[in-house]
Amino acid sequence: MTKLDKNDRLIRISLLVVAFSAVSVLAVITIFIFEQGTPIMFKYGLKSFLFGQDWYPSEKSFGLLPMIVGSLMVTFGALIIGVPLGLASAIFLTEFSHRRLTRFLKPVIELLAGIPSVVYGFIGLMFLVPFIRENFGGPGLSVLAASIILGIMILPTVISIAIDSIRAVPDSYREGSIALGATKWQTVRMVVLPAARSGIVAGIILGMGRAIGETMAVIMVAGNAADIPGSILQPVRTLTSNIALEMGYASGEHREALFATGVILFIIIMILNTIANLTSARQKKR
Amino acid sequence: MLLSPKTEQKIVQAFLYFFTSIAVLVLLFILVVILKNGLPQLSLEFLTKNPADMGREGGILSTIVATIFLTFIALLVATPLGVGTAIYLTEYTIESRLTRIIRFGAECLAGIPSIIFGLFGFILFVNKLKFGWSILSGGLTLAFMVLPTIIRTSEEAIKSVPQAYRLVSFSLGSTRWQAITRVVLPSAVPGIVTGIILSIGRSIGETAAVIFTAGSALRMPSSLFSSSRTMAVHFYILAKEGVSMPKAYGTAAVLVIAILIINIMTYYLMEKYIKRKS
Repeated sequence: MTKLDKNDRLIRISLLVVAFSAVSVLAVITIFIFEQGTPIMFKYGLKSFLFGQDWYPSEKSFGLLPMIVGSLMVTFGALIIGVPLGLASAIFLTEFSHRRLTRFLKPVIELLAGIPSVVYGFIGLMFLVPFIRENFGGPGLSVLAASIILGIMILPTVISIAIDSIRAVPDSYREGSIALGATKWQTVRMVVLPAARSGIVAGIILGMGRAIGETMAVIMVAGNAADIPGSILQPVRTLTSNIALEMGYASGEHREALFATGVILFIIIMILNTIANLTSARQKKR
Repeated sequence: MLLSPKTEQKIVQAFLYFFTSIAVLVLLFILVVILKNGLPQLSLEFLTKNPADMGREGGILSTIVATIFLTFIALLVATPLGVGTAIYLTEYTIESRLTRIIRFGAECLAGIPSIIFGLFGFILFVNKLKFGWSILSGGLTLAFMVLPTIIRTSEEAIKSVPQAYRLVSFSLGSTRWQAITRVVLPSAVPGIVTGIILSIGRSIGETAAVIFTAGSALRMPSSLFSSSRTMAVHFYILAKEGVSMPKAYGTAAVLVIAILIINIMTYYLMEKYIKRKS
């Protein structure tokens, strides 16, 4: 092979420096968010932040529990809506539909992954919120509305990753099962899905990350009251909306408390990312 | 189970068909609503006049210009970093703990919510570096956000250049760097461009990371340091504050059409030049 002359060594070193850009950006973001957010958490006590139920920044009361619960509720709701629809679509498009239909629909679904989140929020505000208000009662701006919009938003992610991992299952598995007399559905249920499981799980976790991190769409349909919602028809405020709603005018400890909200969000996301990475690495190994 | 496997299959198939239709129809509904309500608002005037009266009147020219500037800065910074990282990962090293750390960093960065980027950009660029709410702060924040996308697509593009190209180049006496700049990169260009276009799409549609870094001043940007409102932020404010629904639909239509064109281009390039992993 080629030998590395002096010039090449220099290039190699500069590229190594560049290659650390992503890692350094991640590190810098982490440092800044924690530096801004953690002092106030320790000043008022971690417990009052995580389990306090009252968010009155002007009275120095920074309980984030309603937002933590809110984020978890809408994310869970998004999964209830997005995962069955997404998985069913992926199974249909890979195993049951005509190849031509799939060739048309897959890119259409992927195109929709690029629609900005504000557009989803806007559609929710114009159509879904009035629909919920008129048919189910309550203000319409609610956990339900946010869950449905987020569920729709994660569809493209869930569908395209599930399609990729179902396709990655070797055809010989299917042929073996069909040769044993199984129907197509039995093959899918007992052979294909178990083999594609870790990829599908990774896709769901990525969708979950998208749902919990989404901001603008949620603000527009969730109502944003900083209380723990008593039912799915009541308004809710998530961690992300808490930051976005008040960042524009917050200062002093109030601003620090918003960074503390960011710290909690950041930790949740990093845990999800790590799990998703580990599961998809396991699939690759197999 | 009481059902025969054949009946079971039929029922399941019907369910799958039904679910898929719902998913596709809901997604298409969104497009149709935006285009149906937005297209009638579009005119040459809408695209070439500045917003007036907080956006109730006039067009969206200044927001289009701001969006273009912001996206341009983001790519100017992110492209060299991303492509450089991809070259290092594919050409200059073997799989090791180091490359795993670099990849893990990029993947984590890809998963960070845009509002966190917004917080970070606000504290670093707007406050600490004193760029204020500006095109520069917004552009740099977006650069960090799209960096993982550029790394990933460039890496795939470079990987899909056949090994034989490099060997021939080496056998002609080229150094590694010559092989990369004259043989590998030129054949990887379409793939790298795909990543850049994909990033343009993300930058154009981003709101949360931009609103706290570029601000929302409704005027024509005059320098790197002027605060300005992008199309996505303008749309968000028009819709959320109920300023003007017709103008909101119009802005959304421009946004969605731009993104559709970009994504269709990306898809075409991807199919043509990058071998999909699976």
